[in-house]
Amino acid sequence: MSENTDYEYLLEMRGVHKSFGHVNVLQGIDFHVGKAEIVALVGDNGAGKSTLIKTITGVHRPNKGEIYFKGQRITIHSVAQSRALGIETVYQERALADQQSLWRNMFAGREITNFLGLIDVKQQKRETERLLRESMGFTSKAITVDSQVMFLSGGEKQGVAIGRALYFDADLIILDEPTMGLSLSETKKVLEFTRSIKEHGKSAIFISHNFYHIYPAADRFVILDRGKIAGDVRKSDITQDDLVQKMENLARTGVFE
Amino acid sequence: MLKKPMRLEHKLDLSILVVFLSVYALFFIGNPGVFSRFDIYYSFMSTIPFIAILALSVTLVVVLGMMDLSFPSVLAFSAWVFGAVFTATGNMPLAVIACLAVGTACGFINSILVVHIGVPSLVATIGSMFFWRGAVNMVAQGRGISLVGAMDRTLFTVFVGRIGGVIPAQFIWMVLAGLFFGTLLKRHRFGTHLLFVGDNEQSAAMMGINVKLVKTIAFMQVGAAAAFVGILSTLEVTYFWPSQGQGYLMSALAAVFVGGTSVFGGMGTMLGTFLGALLIGSLEAGIISSGLSGFWIQFIYGLLIMISVSTYATMMRKRG
Ligand SMILES: Nc1ncnc2c1ncn2[C@@H]1O[C@H](COP(=O)(O)OP(=O)(O)OP(=O)(O)O)[C@@H](O)[C@H]1O
Ligand SMILES: [Mg+2]
Repeated sequence: MSENTDYEYLLEMRGVHKSFGHVNVLQGIDFHVGKAEIVALVGDNGAGKSTLIKTITGVHRPNKGEIYFKGQRITIHSVAQSRALGIETVYQERALADQQSLWRNMFAGREITNFLGLIDVKQQKRETERLLRESMGFTSKAITVDSQVMFLSGGEKQGVAIGRALYFDADLIILDEPTMGLSLSETKKVLEFTRSIKEHGKSAIFISHNFYHIYPAADRFVILDRGKIAGDVRKSDITQDDLVQKMENLARTGVFE
Repeated sequence: MLKKPMRLEHKLDLSILVVFLSVYALFFIGNPGVFSRFDIYYSFMSTIPFIAILALSVTLVVVLGMMDLSFPSVLAFSAWVFGAVFTATGNMPLAVIACLAVGTACGFINSILVVHIGVPSLVATIGSMFFWRGAVNMVAQGRGISLVGAMDRTLFTVFVGRIGGVIPAQFIWMVLAGLFFGTLLKRHRFGTHLLFVGDNEQSAAMMGINVKLVKTIAFMQVGAAAAFVGILSTLEVTYFWPSQGQGYLMSALAAVFVGGTSVFGGMGTMLGTFLGALLIGSLEAGIISSGLSGFWIQFIYGLLIMISVSTYATMMRKRG
């Protein structure tokens, strides 16, 4: 397939609506991510951030609206499809299965198989081992590729979820609360990684409640408030203190200014 | 240095193996004459495959954290289809295909109730259990079907013939089923998806696993396996009878749980189920030949199940 690079935005959403029953969680979202751009998506608990990204990754289907990826209008029917497009996600829920081994978790939903569908266990283990030691920097000898996820610490679980997303070389990486519950050194690793996404010419959506994490990492801030986009500012146009101040105003008055 | 801890599943496999060997040791002590001769194993090889194949197949549904109680009724209904088609046409391959198709369709109906309508599997399959038993009673009008005419067919030999005059073909089917389901669960993409869905459905969906499809296939294969065992058990006695399969419900489920598969889903062992079926299937003969009266059978069944599931529950609680 020839790469078409002639597009304005890597990802664009126009007028996207999503409701669960009578609850309108997303109410006409216009949102875009540029090439090699790190976009921070911020907003209060329940604002709809996770729902927004799940409509991009195929977990939820929008009720209305259009999504464009690399300039092409797309309808994302499934997670597998969004992955095939080059979208990788670290979900807030981590999306791991506790009783299963690391090597199964790492390749969940896209196992390395032969034509009969039989898994190449050796290779999955080898790749998982490499990821553990190299990309995720796991040093603990107690953790092996055969360890069940339930025995991992919260930070290690996130390491696995992030490592998994990195392994499959994607154009857009979505990180939903990647630093939640991480130690300082682990947080630093995630932030360094986020910067490296940009250096590789790739893009990311970064969701976090922590402005000290977001501000240095992001190029642009998109503020989501009760299912609507309340603000969209470049980092060059706002200082960290102003951003925090405006978010406080938003919480108090409902207006981002 | 830390010794690499043994995985829970290996511990479970090991303990069912220990239980199995101990019970067989008791059989030997109880009646060395019977258990050192081939005859009893010949009888085991002809009867145990029925519950073993059912148990292996149902294990896949249990791994999902779900249940199927309808398989004995599905077995009977598809066995009736087998008998009726064979009687009407004399065409054995056609009867086999019709039987398997009907069984698979019954499984598909279960999956519609569970996956699309959202009825809990235990409840849904109580319904289909009565439904298909009722259906077979209605169509068969309480009458059996003689299949003596099938005995000279090649397929008869393939299903229940005696290899070299001594090994029942269904025993080979059981071994093949064991290898097939063991590989499917632990080495095939479908097995991994089952484990994931049984473990954490939301995570599975977020990882792009087609949760509904996985569940649908799981129920359909139980229907197919029930139909297959329907053919085997009908041909073994060359007779179809409407209450066929009723005795298999509790034995097959007991085999699954004695084998160590968890009712909560996300884990399962085909080796455990296989040994569990051998154990459950040989218990009755073992008890009788040890000189205990038939009144002991259910009591010892119960004791064995209670002890083994308590052991597994303790292991699960203490893991880590
Ligand atoms: N599958 C669902 N069914 C029904 N309601 C849902 C579902 N998913 C999310 N919601 C509701 O949608 C709203 C937005 O949820 P969402 O998870 O997108 O918020 P969020 O911005 O990610 O919040 P947080 O910062 O706490 O993660 C909430 O009110 C939530 O209860
Ligand atoms: Mg969220």
